Amino acid sequence: MERAAAIVIGAGHAGLAASHFLSARALDHVVLERGEVANSWRRERWDSLRLLTPNWQSRLPGHHYEGPDPDGYMTVPEVTEFIQRFAKVSSAPVLTGANVTRVRRTGDGYHVATSLAEFRCRAVVIASGACNLPAVPQLSDAVPSSVEQLTTFDYREPARLPSGGVLVVGASATGVQLAAELQRSGRPVTLSVGEHVRLPRTYRGRDVLWWMDASGVWDQRHDEVDDLTRARRLPSPQLVGTPERATLDLNALTPMGVNLVGRWAAVRDGQALFSGGLRNAVSLADLKMDRLLDTFDAWAMADGRWSELGPPERFASTRVPESTRLQLDLRSGEIRTVVWATGFRPDYSWLDVPVVDAKGHLQHDGGVVESPGLYALGLPVLRRRKSTFICGIEDDARAVIDHLAGYLAKRQSS
Amino acid sequence: MTTVANGVNVQALLDAREVLKGAPEAAQFTWRAAAKWNHGVHSTIKVQSFFGLGQEQSHKEESVFEADHPEVFAAEDNGITPIEYLIVGLASCLTAGVASVAQNRGIQLRSVEATVEGQHDIRGILGADSDVRNGYNDIKVTFNVDADASRQEIEALVAQSQKRSAVFDALTNPTNVTVEVA
Ligand SMILES: Cc1cc2nc3c(=O)[nH]c(=O)nc-3n(C[C@H](O)[C@H](O)[C@H](O)COP(=O)(O)OP(=O)(O)OC[C@H]3O[C@@H](n4cnc5c(N)ncnc54)[C@H](O)[C@@H]3O)c2cc1C
Repeated sequence: MERAAAIVIGAGHAGLAASHFLSARALDHVVLERGEVANSWRRERWDSLRLLTPNWQSRLPGHHYEGPDPDGYMTVPEVTEFIQRFAKVSSAPVLTGANVTRVRRTGDGYHVATSLAEFRCRAVVIASGACNLPAVPQLSDAVPSSVEQLTTFDYREPARLPSGGVLVVGASATGVQLAAELQRSGRPVTLSVGEHVRLPRTYRGRDVLWWMDASGVWDQRHDEVDDLTRARRLPSPQLVGTPERATLDLNALTPMGVNLVGRWAAVRDGQALFSGGLRNAVSLADLKMDRLLDTFDAWAMADGRWSELGPPERFASTRVPESTRLQLDLRSGEIRTVVWATGFRPDYSWLDVPVVDAKGHLQHDGGVVESPGLYALGLPVLRRRKSTFICGIEDDARAVIDHLAGYLAKRQSS
Repeated sequence: MTTVANGVNVQALLDAREVLKGAPEAAQFTWRAAAKWNHGVHSTIKVQSFFGLGQEQSHKEESVFEADHPEVFAAEDNGITPIEYLIVGLASCLTAGVASVAQNRGIQLRSVEATVEGQHDIRGILGADSDVRNGYNDIKVTFNVDADASRQEIEALVAQSQKRSAVFDALTNPTNVTVEVA
């Protein structure tokens, strides 16, 4: 049995940021990682993926992008390297190959069982990621076996799919990116579109994520957000990082030949049935985008930035077909593959502390979990809107480790 | 925020949402209608009781609806056609939604009018062409809203009302239907 004041679970950027602040306070700790540093980037991403956040936004505590192209977007090997380097410069005490199999409370702290060793500690930081498993809806069970099904964890590149039609489900960042590359590969794509977040890649000459950052939208705190449950469920925006800085919304996909249909509602007798409500899904996204751009403009005016920026822009409403397809026969051979781009969920199967709700979400208040000494990092809107992004971890990790240090100090003195 | 008076008790709805988050059983409602055939394609439908919040409930009064077909269908036109009841439901549901969302957003409404047009190719129900479906091919709802709000805010009201509409969902998404002989 090994002992440490704190155990951090996961060596992604979140766990490493926690380690950075623990080290700064000279708190003895170990970072347990089932694979290698930056494991999710090594194993769970597709080949063409680049970050959708620009390079200059890749900032971690004490470590940031210093290359020649601040406005570019990192490839996956570059992100892996960037995080690996962060682990090195912060001398993070990472134990790789240590899969955490159980965490439970003991009298004065926690017992952490791993595939390598067992630990006793007083505090645990859960930084195991928000995207451990693909979230695939139940109706996938009813898809005929003649159709191949892939999640974004299995998907690597178009050439590995059978030729023929592909039904991509979900129109968030992942869905629009895969729809575009599959369509370009000559496979006719049908994209099933539910609620989504539309954004232009650039606005008034700046990256739209520069606006999110500079205008303070991303800094909005979890206790200031109107409907936190909703904000935490918000899908990723329709963005892609490409050298051309091109917008990849539905209006960009339609001319490529991608066929838009509504939300996939059911499978009946081998027929996929889609919602007839697509028009409203796109109206909601258009209206929300316009409101966000209004917010940006108001900020630019108030901040005295107006003249440094290009003129305000408003983008064409999303075009949808006059009447969308409501049914598609999955046995006809038209669709050879279904790609589920329906999001991700965390995996807490190893967490033997009753802090996960019926829907599988960890219950916490700004990263502070109800069970004393237990903390979380890297979850959606953990403390701020930017929490899951690389640039969002510094503020969150500092605050959470502050709390953790206070907790340990109080215990020591009592 | 100035108080607006659209007559929707939004606070009660918000309170109910909080309570039902922790009590999903109480949120299970059963709506009922009972039809009785009269003659020809004319029937009378009565609605009064329903189930919800864990117990039997009742409307203040029974409502009675006549359903028939128009004379161009060689019927007696004792009431509207069943498929028209669907757009009655859609129009009333979306309108109620607009009022509720406006109340919640502090927007005073002066008037709200909705017209609905459902495109229906009756060759389907007549069995004249097996490629034509029985139901609507297309439904279009047009709102005229007069309110203390910008056009963008009004569009957002109408969009949000669709997002939370029971009938919009029932018409745009498939529903399991079981019909049996007792
Ligand atoms: C497809 C995709 C694209 C993204 N693009 C961007 C982007 O462009 N910009 C941006 O800022 N953010 C982006 N993100 C969001 C975010 O940066 C990533 O999800 C990032 O990986 C989150 O870092 P993390 O440290 O919280 O979790 P992870 O990187 O997932 O790290 C968690 C670590 O915990 C380990 N682990 C999990 N369970 C256990 C266990 N039981 N025992 C031991 N170890 C365990 C994992 O192996 C992993 O190494 C993207 C996310 C996804 C999914």
